[in-house]
Amino acid sequence: MSGIFIAIILLTVLALFFGLLLGFAAEKFKVEGDPLVDQLEALLPQTQCGQCGYPGCRPYAEAIANGDKINKCPPGGAATMEKLADMAGVDPEPLTATEEVQIKKVAYIREDECIGCTKCIQACPVDAILGTGKLMHTVITDYCTGCDLCVEPCPVDCIDMLPVTQNIKTWDWKLNAIPVKTIDEDVKC
Amino acid sequence: MSEYLLLLIGTVLVNNFVLVKFLGLCPFMGVSSKLESAIGMSMATTFVLTLASVLSYLVNQYLLLPFDLDYLRTMSFILVIAVVVQFTEMLVQKTSASLYRALGIYLPLITTNCAVLGVALLNINEKHNFFQSAVYGFGAAVGFSLVLILFSAMRERLAAADVPLPFRGGAIAMITAGLMSLAFMGFTGLVK
Repeated sequence: MSGIFIAIILLTVLALFFGLLLGFAAEKFKVEGDPLVDQLEALLPQTQCGQCGYPGCRPYAEAIANGDKINKCPPGGAATMEKLADMAGVDPEPLTATEEVQIKKVAYIREDECIGCTKCIQACPVDAILGTGKLMHTVITDYCTGCDLCVEPCPVDCIDMLPVTQNIKTWDWKLNAIPVKTIDEDVKC
Repeated sequence: MSEYLLLLIGTVLVNNFVLVKFLGLCPFMGVSSKLESAIGMSMATTFVLTLASVLSYLVNQYLLLPFDLDYLRTMSFILVIAVVVQFTEMLVQKTSASLYRALGIYLPLITTNCAVLGVALLNINEKHNFFQSAVYGFGAAVGFSLVLILFSAMRERLAAADVPLPFRGGAIAMITAGLMSLAFMGFTGLVK
């Protein structure tokens, strides 16, 4: 009979000892908050822009930790997305914003194949094609909007749509992003 | 010294716990799809196995045997293992949050990893002393890690391979594990 009591007491003491040990460890290795959210938030650009659909970077970091997509941060760009993918342990995905932005293209006429039919000139809505009957045509790239309308009428298929590579000449200064107000000199305030 | 070395090599290669004794198969199939989490799991299991092996030996030798309580062996060993796993979980959560997330449910499941309890019980069966228990536990863990990491590397390669449709996913993983097991049986001739 006493054997059973010894067994019970022994196991109780053992369990108590381990319980105390774990309680001590829990206090010692305490983690404040979710460390993953903190690390994810540190990667985000902290613009608090809300383009991800959340009210700021912290809520978005919490959403990623709960399994949301990692590609909703346009200010961070692809570099941030890759770091987020690495940290959250998921595969990188293309940014949602960059999918919509298309590469600008302009028409290019292969001039030695052009027969001078003027059909593309009539099709061009912005008068960006220069040339006349029986003489070869060419495209004024600055005016071309890349609308594709001249490709279809060409009887010899000598028009290509080429993507514009960015160099010093084609650099977009985005000057129209600055609001310009024309003030009439005659009107006196 | 050579006795311990022989025990270590014998546990890692010849009597490999996963491929020869078929213990601890759940994490072997479950955590092996990504190399990184496999390495993390191996480290956590190595820590747990070695510590649990030594602690179980001490509990058996100095608590159970003096009071003739051999029949409580399994129960008290499971208690020891659960405590060590819980401790490891706290440690991993503190040190590496992404590893903690990658391991997920498999970290607490080390408790029910039969390799851990298997090592503790086999130590008693084979009458190992303290150092032999430590080496045996560590060897089992190294063998488990070796096989898990090898297997996860193979599975990452398999993910890119052109596998026939009926064999995709789990099926080809099982076949691979079987072939690996066959290969490890070949180590039987290593120690005479």
